[in-house]
Amino acid sequence: MLLIKNVKLVDALGERGPVDVLIGEGRILSLHGGKAETVMDGRGLYLAPGFVDLHAHLREPGQEVKEELSTGLLAAVRGGYTDIVSMPNTSPPVDTPEAVRALRKKAQALGLARLHPAAALTQAQEGKALTEAGLLKEAGASLLTDDGHTNEDAGILAAGLLQASPLGLPVAVHAEDASLRRGGVMNDGPLADLLGLPGNPPEAEVARIARDLEVLRYALRRSPKRPHLHIQHLSTKRGLELLREAKRAGLPVTAEATPHHLTLTEEALRSFDPLFKVAPPLRTPEDVEALIEGLLDGTLDAIATDHAPHTQAEKEMDLLRAPFGIPSLEVAFPLLYTELHLKQGFPLSRLVELFTDGPRKVLGLKPLHLEEGAEASLVLLDPKERPVNPKAFASKARFSPWTGWVLGGWPVLTLVEGRAVYQALA
Amino acid sequence: MRFKAELLNAEEMRRALYRIAHEIVEANKGVEGLALIGIHTRGIPLAERIARYIREFEGKEVPVGILDITLYRDDLSEIGVRPQVRETRIPFDITGKALVLVDDVLYTGRTARAALDALMDLGRPRRIYLAVLVDRGHRELPIRADFVGKNVPTARNEVVKVKLSEVDGEDRVELWEKEEA
Amino acid sequence: MRHLLDFQGWTRPEVENLLDTARVMAEVLERPVKKVPALQGFTVATVFFEPSTRTRISFELAARRMSADVVSFAAQTSSLQKGESYKDTLLTLEAMGIDAYVIRADSAGVPHQATRWVKGVVINGGDGRRAHPTQALLDAYTLLEALGTLEGKKIAIVGDILHSRVARSNVELLPLLGAEVWVAGPPTLLPQTLPGARLTPHLEEALAEADAVMVLRLQKERMEAGLVHLQDYIAHYQVTEERLRKAKPNAPLLHPGPMNRDIELEGTLADSERSLVNRQVRNGQAVRMAVLYHLLVGKER
Repeated sequence: MLLIKNVKLVDALGERGPVDVLIGEGRILSLHGGKAETVMDGRGLYLAPGFVDLHAHLREPGQEVKEELSTGLLAAVRGGYTDIVSMPNTSPPVDTPEAVRALRKKAQALGLARLHPAAALTQAQEGKALTEAGLLKEAGASLLTDDGHTNEDAGILAAGLLQASPLGLPVAVHAEDASLRRGGVMNDGPLADLLGLPGNPPEAEVARIARDLEVLRYALRRSPKRPHLHIQHLSTKRGLELLREAKRAGLPVTAEATPHHLTLTEEALRSFDPLFKVAPPLRTPEDVEALIEGLLDGTLDAIATDHAPHTQAEKEMDLLRAPFGIPSLEVAFPLLYTELHLKQGFPLSRLVELFTDGPRKVLGLKPLHLEEGAEASLVLLDPKERPVNPKAFASKARFSPWTGWVLGGWPVLTLVEGRAVYQALA
Repeated sequence: MRFKAELLNAEEMRRALYRIAHEIVEANKGVEGLALIGIHTRGIPLAERIARYIREFEGKEVPVGILDITLYRDDLSEIGVRPQVRETRIPFDITGKALVLVDDVLYTGRTARAALDALMDLGRPRRIYLAVLVDRGHRELPIRADFVGKNVPTARNEVVKVKLSEVDGEDRVELWEKEEA
Repeated sequence: MRHLLDFQGWTRPEVENLLDTARVMAEVLERPVKKVPALQGFTVATVFFEPSTRTRISFELAARRMSADVVSFAAQTSSLQKGESYKDTLLTLEAMGIDAYVIRADSAGVPHQATRWVKGVVINGGDGRRAHPTQALLDAYTLLEALGTLEGKKIAIVGDILHSRVARSNVELLPLLGAEVWVAGPPTLLPQTLPGARLTPHLEEALAEADAVMVLRLQKERMEAGLVHLQDYIAHYQVTEERLRKAKPNAPLLHPGPMNRDIELEGTLADSERSLVNRQVRNGQAVRMAVLYHLLVGKER
């Protein structure tokens, strides 16, 4: 039994408290105190439902030099996450029920964050033949995606949406037209022209979202059960506008945005540091503003990290050769708490929703609110500020584009079903 | 810096240079094969004046070249401020010539050394003389001047300032003392 | 200036001062002994991650004429991908006591990245599409020799602007000296914007009343990528005697080399008196000597 005294509550329903939260038997037993062997002083802290990440590259199997389950899931709980969707673009890709089971088994044994592996939409993620969606679902796959690759074949995507629809599995897409983005390594535009870097045009994302929404319409028309298209790491203002329109029209589509697309712009590339090389690329301030608007008005459903660890040496290649991606599991919430809530007045409750009920809904999980009887998968957050220090990351990728940024809202205790999986040293 | 004394006034400077001009012609036994090389910055007007005096009393033109020794300095890998590289223009072949290097002050001898190296890269002169307006001592290299306007014993913390009307608006040589740091 | 990466943040007096030094260096190159002891005791490394014999030789000769020691490191990026990184390579050289690194790479930003890893001076020998500052300096030097001044002069740059570091560096540099720069090329080979230049897909517009014309090399890769059709390019963008009539009489021609005769430039023009190509090559050495002098002398070591 754990008693957290005088703690403020924040979840999708709003902010409440302070109250004394009694936790036991994996549940919230009471919001009015009680007897417990362990008592914590929660004064000045926030208690929130555990975070859910729809998009993390944990690199296992095959790329353990970049990350493995043990480091990635530890990074997750240090970031306040209790549930992680791992991307299937590993070596080999996660495209069989056996692979999904093996990952889940290994993650369970670690006892950190709970793993919900995503499985490949197509065999070997080659975009040619669909995987066995039903068997993958039974093995525990949380969604289907060829992320890491783009879905160039619209017919296969349509078939994938149809196949997944009766199973209730979302199909997630990395929405970029590969033929239009070509070798682009940063946002196409005047800055890319100036820096002499190959540009990846925003139109590559917008065109692909437009196409995918039509593919979704097609699948919706053809399928007796509603398909579910999920757009990953949306990064453009116009892409967001298309999404808003589609949602208004009632299309079964959801979408996520990443911490980096919400806090950084293409200007970062002036340093020629491949640390800022991500896909889709960092965009303009106008895009960032639109994304934040989309978070507020519900066009975007979730904040997902796209945690994409690489080795330091890989990220010290040149901008043409360095791989796309950055680690962010351990900074995502403090970053947005500070940059959006503290600095721009973004409502805290909505922000927490984008880390909790938002992604839960995408995965078909029930909402989780801080009520008596609720599952005690929780995170305790400390508003006290400190600088980002990637050297202290649990992730194998010990670098960060936010190094030195002074942030508040750091997780100090993460509980999965009442069990402490992470506790910061007091 | 503190002013200490006037070493030469305009008239004394003129007389010293006039004497040097005579000594050069005498040493060379005429102006045959003679050429003057002024070292940047103040060696250039001094060389031009000497050439003018020679023209006045010999009626003959002595060619004048200008030399920048910056690229031959021996301290370029140490100094904290990059010296401006200036033009070297010697519009005649120096091979076989009797050259007179002209500078304002002879001190450590390092500028003269650099100038000698530079000239050697430009050709093979018959002989090289050195003419200076002021020799203030403290040589660090085995170099001496052939023609000297005025010998001035100085201390190391003193500075000899040569002012020339072409550069500084007046003709005058001053002795200054550096303040204690 | 601590490094020479590009011309962002440079001022006109800085450029003019460097070009003044280059004029002295050009005079050194006309002496019987084409060598000065200025950089004795300094070590210059040419680090070419992308092969370029011409530029490397020009830099190495420039360093040797200044009496610097020269080491040459040539790496294929393929071997880099096998494990040794740019950083490892540079740190290895750093341990050997290098004072200046001339870096050439096929990706924009590598010299910029290098400044974060080494203490020595970094000189950009060409990075991807980004910059080739010594080429632009030698172009400026050559243009000044030919035209006397760049103030109010119209300079046309013709060809594959999008992929050209030479174009980018000239567009940064020449306006600093008062020039009005026009760039012309097929729309598929033009950037969206290029601060400092006026863009046009019409060759005639760029050539009209131009005081000088710089012709860029058309790379085979662009045809292979389907961005341009060779015959169409020749028909509409080749700089010919006929088209040059639009420019000022006897407007000089520049080309960074190596040249595709009868593709970007009519062959007869390449050998005509208008062509300053050989002067460009000669001036390249003088400019690089000046760059080495300016960057190496007067530094804390």
